[in-house]
Amino acid sequence: MEIIAPLLQYLVSGLTNGAIYALIALGFGIIYNATTIINFAQGEMVMLGALCAISIYHLEPSLPLAFLGGVGVVTLVGLTFERLALRPVKDPNPLTLIIITVGGAVFIKGVAMLLWGKEAYALPSFSCNVPLHLGTATVLPQNLWVVGLTALLVLALEAFFRLTLMGKAMRACAYNTRAARLVGIAAGRMVQFSFGLSAALGAGAGILIAPLTLGVYDMGTMLGLKGFSAAIIGGLGSLLGGVLGGLLLGVVEALASGFISSGYRDAVAFLLLLVVLFLRPQGLLGGQK
Amino acid sequence: MKSKAITGVLGLALVGLLLVMGGCGPAKQAEPYVIGSIFSITGPASYLGEPERNTMEMLAEQINAQGGLKGHPVKVVIYDDEGDVTKARLHAEKLIQKDKVLAIIGPSLTHTSMTVLDVTQKAKLPLISCAAGVGITAPAAERQWVFKTAQTDQMAVSRIYQWAKKQGLTKVAILTVSTGFGVSGKEQLNALAPQYGIEVVAQEVFGEKDTDMTPQLTKIKSTPAQAVICWGTGPVIALVAKNLKQLGLNLPLIQSHGAASQKFIELAGEAGDGIIMPAGKLVVYKLLPDADPQKAVCQGYDEKYQAKFKAPASSFGGYAFDSLKMLTLALEKAGADKDKIRSELENIKNYVGISGIFNMSPQDHNGLTPDAFVMVKIDKGAFQLLD
Repeated sequence: MEIIAPLLQYLVSGLTNGAIYALIALGFGIIYNATTIINFAQGEMVMLGALCAISIYHLEPSLPLAFLGGVGVVTLVGLTFERLALRPVKDPNPLTLIIITVGGAVFIKGVAMLLWGKEAYALPSFSCNVPLHLGTATVLPQNLWVVGLTALLVLALEAFFRLTLMGKAMRACAYNTRAARLVGIAAGRMVQFSFGLSAALGAGAGILIAPLTLGVYDMGTMLGLKGFSAAIIGGLGSLLGGVLGGLLLGVVEALASGFISSGYRDAVAFLLLLVVLFLRPQGLLGGQK
Repeated sequence: MKSKAITGVLGLALVGLLLVMGGCGPAKQAEPYVIGSIFSITGPASYLGEPERNTMEMLAEQINAQGGLKGHPVKVVIYDDEGDVTKARLHAEKLIQKDKVLAIIGPSLTHTSMTVLDVTQKAKLPLISCAAGVGITAPAAERQWVFKTAQTDQMAVSRIYQWAKKQGLTKVAILTVSTGFGVSGKEQLNALAPQYGIEVVAQEVFGEKDTDMTPQLTKIKSTPAQAVICWGTGPVIALVAKNLKQLGLNLPLIQSHGAASQKFIELAGEAGDGIIMPAGKLVVYKLLPDADPQKAVCQGYDEKYQAKFKAPASSFGGYAFDSLKMLTLALEKAGADKDKIRSELENIKNYVGISGIFNMSPQDHNGLTPDAFVMVKIDKGAFQLLD
């Protein structure tokens, strides 16, 4: 049975999806680092990004505007969500906050259904649609955009956290909130900022993938779950882990779909999560906590 | 004593007056005919259920505006099964026991229809399904209370294979969705292929909510298939078209009649050009000759639907249209008698509908022939008739 030829194609598909999972996983990781909670509304940010960009594109057919506009609007949503739904909670124990994020996710999805209906919408590819040939596989320019922009965003994120004052402040809050407060870092603002940043990453992921998979009001649920799995697989809290987890998940999914059966795609993704949780619960790159 | 008596008489007179007035009120309104509907208005099949619900409401309004059926107003009770089998069953029970309907129209999907017909057959209630699976109305002996208005997938498959044979194709790959519609289609595609000298060299499956079919198409690429037949409904089939172009697979793509809508063309974009499918006449009615009796019916429906809902009418709404229209024909003759309604439905002949010209019989509760379909091709973003 031929393996090499289709293998390359599955890898292309796997890396594309993997990049999207990586971006979503990063969103989970950033919020986890800042607050030790899981923001289950992260998947809905992906959906909102895609649909907002599509709506902006319908008003003014400019892709850069749609991209920036979509990311901008969803960042605001993320910031507002933190401010209105999470900050006012009197007894902020992690379980309560996590449940609030779940409720937030359902609410956002419902609002999206009212605003955009249940139909799917298309976003044009960022550049032309002519497939390129990479050996025996064909790659669409959009696949390259996804992987390329994701890599760029990950590098930018690393630079932000290592080189800028704000980034360092966020990392300080993640290591030890009390100590960070003592040296004058406004921890509350860092938390809010982490929500905004995660929302922006999620929105970016949604806009990148929309030309390939269409935007629908319920696309966020499964993507959020898979992104969360990717974050766990790579090690919650580790940025590189999130990227690795995402790529690994995407590739394993594609290979299983191609070589075993397409029906098992989702099952394999979650099976991988279970295997990692059994064998190495802190994730591949997660340190001891 | 006297004042008590007077009060008593006055009281009695008052009561008597009220009774007489009550009896002499305006003539009692004729009993409304209560018709139940179950559609997948939300959920993955909402592109089916929404136009179906809209059409039911629009038609019921029209009928009542014209005085109802022989004076009886029509009352439509619509429930949303969300594409879920359990909900569909519960709604069916509710319609029968609580709303006491005379008949049920729907559901929108094959697998929900199969569950609901179980309930309606036991309750001896006529069911007119808007789904296409062959098993809904066959075997006829076991489906005496079930009818359907969607063209059977078996007919769609015949038309496709007829076309394929004419093109000299002998090997095809089939790519079907994992829902009831896809499973039924896959059965028919496999069963009918030998009759047209066609061999199915690859069989792949995808999920309704999948976003990437390149693995399945990559597998098909390595087979000697000369064409790909995709059987599904919903946005995912537009993605199949896109993925096909993406892989540079230069094979003709044939879709099921589930793709016969403007929304599909919109979603598939450039990848839609060249796709072939069987379609009900509604999507191409403007191209039909005036002599075609379906043209006027389709035109009337499309214009009224667009005026009210600001969106083009779809074949899916057409299934509900035909269901309700035929039910009203039966109601006018049979009145509020379920048994008689069933017999009248079975005897409908030559009803010119949106989905085709219906000729029901005790052995055929669908009443359509393969002529209900026309083969169309998407060319430059619009449907064109294929000879």
